[in-house]
Amino acid sequence: MNTIIFAVLVLGVMGLLFGLILAFASKIFAVEVDERIPAVQECLPGANCGGCGYPGCNGLATAIVEGKAPVNGCPVGGAASAEKIAKVLGVEVTESEKMVAHVNCSGDCDTAKNRANYEGIEDCLGAIRVANGYKECAFACLGLGTCEKACPFGAIHVVNGVAKVDEDKCTACSKCVAACPKHIISLVPAANPIRIDCSSKAKGKEVMDACSAGCIGCGLCEKTCKFDAIHMEGNLPVIDYDKCKKCQMCAKACPRHIIEPWNTPEKVKELQEIKAKQAAAKKAAAEKAAAAKAAAEKAEK
Amino acid sequence: MTSILSISLGAILINNFIMSQFLGCCPFFGVSKKIDTAVGMGMAVTFVMGLASAVTWLINTFVLVPLGLGFMQTVAFILVIATLVQFVEMFMMKSLPSLYQALGVFLPLITTNCAVLGVSLQNIQNGYNFIEAVVYGITGGLGFTLAIVLFASIRERLDASAECPKCFEGVPLALISASLMAMAFLGFSGMKIW
Repeated sequence: MNTIIFAVLVLGVMGLLFGLILAFASKIFAVEVDERIPAVQECLPGANCGGCGYPGCNGLATAIVEGKAPVNGCPVGGAASAEKIAKVLGVEVTESEKMVAHVNCSGDCDTAKNRANYEGIEDCLGAIRVANGYKECAFACLGLGTCEKACPFGAIHVVNGVAKVDEDKCTACSKCVAACPKHIISLVPAANPIRIDCSSKAKGKEVMDACSAGCIGCGLCEKTCKFDAIHMEGNLPVIDYDKCKKCQMCAKACPRHIIEPWNTPEKVKELQEIKAKQAAAKKAAAEKAAAAKAAAEKAEK
Repeated sequence: MTSILSISLGAILINNFIMSQFLGCCPFFGVSKKIDTAVGMGMAVTFVMGLASAVTWLINTFVLVPLGLGFMQTVAFILVIATLVQFVEMFMMKSLPSLYQALGVFLPLITTNCAVLGVSLQNIQNGYNFIEAVVYGITGGLGFTLAIVLFASIRERLDASAECPKCFEGVPLALISASLMAMAFLGFSGMKIW
């Protein structure tokens, strides 16, 4: 009987003691957490994807409340969560442009040449260890799906040997940008259709030999642009999306058809027809002018 | 001194908590997908196991044994460990924020970790004195760290490379690789120290 009473007493006293210790400890060691942080975190998607550059949604919420990050710091939640956060904090939203990831390569199984057959680990990281990949072009997408595995939203898939982004699903979390060992994925504004589908910094001839969908660095796009929005950097055009007016002239001018949206087979055909028509019209105009000139000369005589 | 050395080697290799005693398997499978988190978890477990060994040994020697309540060990130890972990978490949050950032997320997971309870009970069963108990706790934690980091490295490679049947993906494959690892650790059981 005594043992039972002792046991109950000892355990009861221990429990009480520990409870008191914890209660006091929680007072003594209380860390003052800004109550707005959990409120802001509520507005975030909670995927903890790290696309904002902070460790998880809690990190971003803390940074927003401390004023270190803008209210639209979350690329996944976009305008919707920015608005909610702004309401919580009572500030104005600055409109953030929706971005999407884009794979700057179109060297698929048909266009890019292989220099070896790769039968190793099904992962771009593995393929790169073996003499920097199996494609002739050193900048080409290897299409082994490292980005596909990294995407938490299922928005990127390898199609015919090249990764393609499903822009409706893409949230611009930058996971694939960081994962790609070739560094050929970048974020572009979703509203702008102009994208460059090549990352090769190699010289024209090398590109010609390696891939039929590669940039040869001719600079026609740069010359065509009326808004100073496209510049050649190391044999490759770089678009300044702030200046770009979406006129698509560069895409039409590209002789290799690697600037979107004028890069699909149908579009290329359409483009060729337009160019043929233009050439015909030019020829006709020239003939007309020559005829007029001849007539004028005749009249003079 | 020799006893401490043999306790350490025994806890890390021969009687490894995971590989030979199968204690603490929950975090072993749960937090072993990446090496970084595995290291964090291992450190947190080592920390808590060392601390729990010390406190439970004191409670047992100065409270339970004098009152003849040895049979209450399990219940009392769970109470002590849960309180301890909570307390340590609060203390770290206030005083050592950087350490809290590194270990914080893992601490609540350890509250009910059976490796921690196991080390406390074994300290008593093996009749260790205070120093031996603390050493056994810390080295047991290091053994846990060793096992979980090795396992995480294997899993990282498996995830990146293995083309395995769909039905084996994930946990089944992890269980199989863990069993193979346990067999490898079985080799240490032939070792005899002093």
